[in-house]
Amino acid sequence: MKIGKQTIKLENTPKILQTSSIVGPKESQGPLSQYFDTHIDDIFFGEKTFEKAESKFMKTCIDNLLSKVPTSPENIDYIFAGDLLNQCICSGYCIRDLNIPFFGLYGACSTFCESLSLASAFVNAGYANKAIAATSSHFCSAERQFRMPLEHGNQKSPTAQCTVTGSGAAIVVPKDVGTQGPFVTYITPGKIVDLGITDMTNMGAAMMPAAFNTVMTHLQDTGRNANYYDVIATGDLGVLGSEMLVDLLRKEGVDLQGIHADCGALIYDHEKQDTHCGGSGCGCMASVFSGYFYEQLKTKKINKILIVATGALMSPLSVQQGESIPGIAHAIAIENEV
Amino acid sequence: MNSNVNMTNEEYSSYVDTKAKNSPIVKNIIWAFLVGGLICTIGQLITNLFMYLGCSKDDSTMICTISLIFIGAFLTAINVYAKIGQHAGAGSIVPITGFSNSIVAPAIEFKTEGYVLGIGANMFKIAGPVLVYGTTASVIIGFIYWLITMFI
Repeated sequence: MKIGKQTIKLENTPKILQTSSIVGPKESQGPLSQYFDTHIDDIFFGEKTFEKAESKFMKTCIDNLLSKVPTSPENIDYIFAGDLLNQCICSGYCIRDLNIPFFGLYGACSTFCESLSLASAFVNAGYANKAIAATSSHFCSAERQFRMPLEHGNQKSPTAQCTVTGSGAAIVVPKDVGTQGPFVTYITPGKIVDLGITDMTNMGAAMMPAAFNTVMTHLQDTGRNANYYDVIATGDLGVLGSEMLVDLLRKEGVDLQGIHADCGALIYDHEKQDTHCGGSGCGCMASVFSGYFYEQLKTKKINKILIVATGALMSPLSVQQGESIPGIAHAIAIENEV
Repeated sequence: MNSNVNMTNEEYSSYVDTKAKNSPIVKNIIWAFLVGGLICTIGQLITNLFMYLGCSKDDSTMICTISLIFIGAFLTAINVYAKIGQHAGAGSIVPITGFSNSIVAPAIEFKTEGYVLGIGANMFKIAGPVLVYGTTASVIIGFIYWLITMFI
């Protein structure tokens, strides 16, 4: 049921039955390492290309999810997945082997919330009994598509972020499967917001206005206060974007102090790992939510979370043509009690 | 309550500038000076060495250029040059070793797309503009020089 301007209330509160996460070498050395299911030390993951490696990251993550449930691919109704590469090849080649009906999605780094929103909406409406949402990203495949060759000796801007090598997947089922949550209660699909940032090395600033808009709209539509949530987690605004989001929301009377977390800021130790403003990419929120926050929900350390994945909808081509960077953010409210 | 960031593009841009950390310019300049200087000193040492061994000045500078290109390519291949570049910035980009790096780095990267459309087509992705405008500039300057010499 649509409420307010753009929020959907999922009256049947579908449940996130299980999640799975996998990360690469750099993330394995980060502060959240212990929360991830699988750690891969080889950036190539035994493959010949970075693109194949990324596909294998996602495949391994989904296989792990299926074995954790446990279930087999034939029992999955639909899969919603995406990644950062042109034509979403990582998802396509990964899911080619799974034989599951597939919706390929692109929302840049916001794709995890986009896929989880749609999977939840499908289950809520009764169109699916088991739907999977998955996304991935890979530092090396993203660098070669969006930036400079890896071996090129250049300096990164202090506002730059580092694409997370990893993948996360979640399976959504109807509420009555099992007894415990967490359940998906509201989804707020975001609008594209663009405040004219053209600097590709400052994604946090490009995406922050979209996160601001989605969080505010979600709170207005649901009539909730920010402190209703134990955590409001943004995807990959990074250190700078997070600071600005908290600052600007405070000016509008919304206090996120102590509530706000950012997956990109959490995943690395910025001083030791030289990651500047933090992590980014589809795999950032996917792995941090599936690994860290889902575990926190399961163990009841937190009970209500709003996840807001943020994406920058540009390409190197549009930036070279002088276009600014449009931002987008999708929010999902996930709660233990409904 | 306003659901949008209540700023114009210009206001937002200057707000971001006040919040964003600037590059550590002094540190970067010192690193660039030291590393760039070191690379040039190594070059001079190579030239002097070959002149000492009896090569002509022209031959020695040629050998120096070739050696530096090799060193740059070698350090790129063993993943050292990118690390130097993180600290040195322009100090390792501007000398000829940086030029070598800018050709070898994409060559390594695009090997997965094959020798023709991968390496062949992408090798000069970074160095290409330098070659195009470097060559064009030298032709223009040469033409001006030729015009001047006609009248003087």
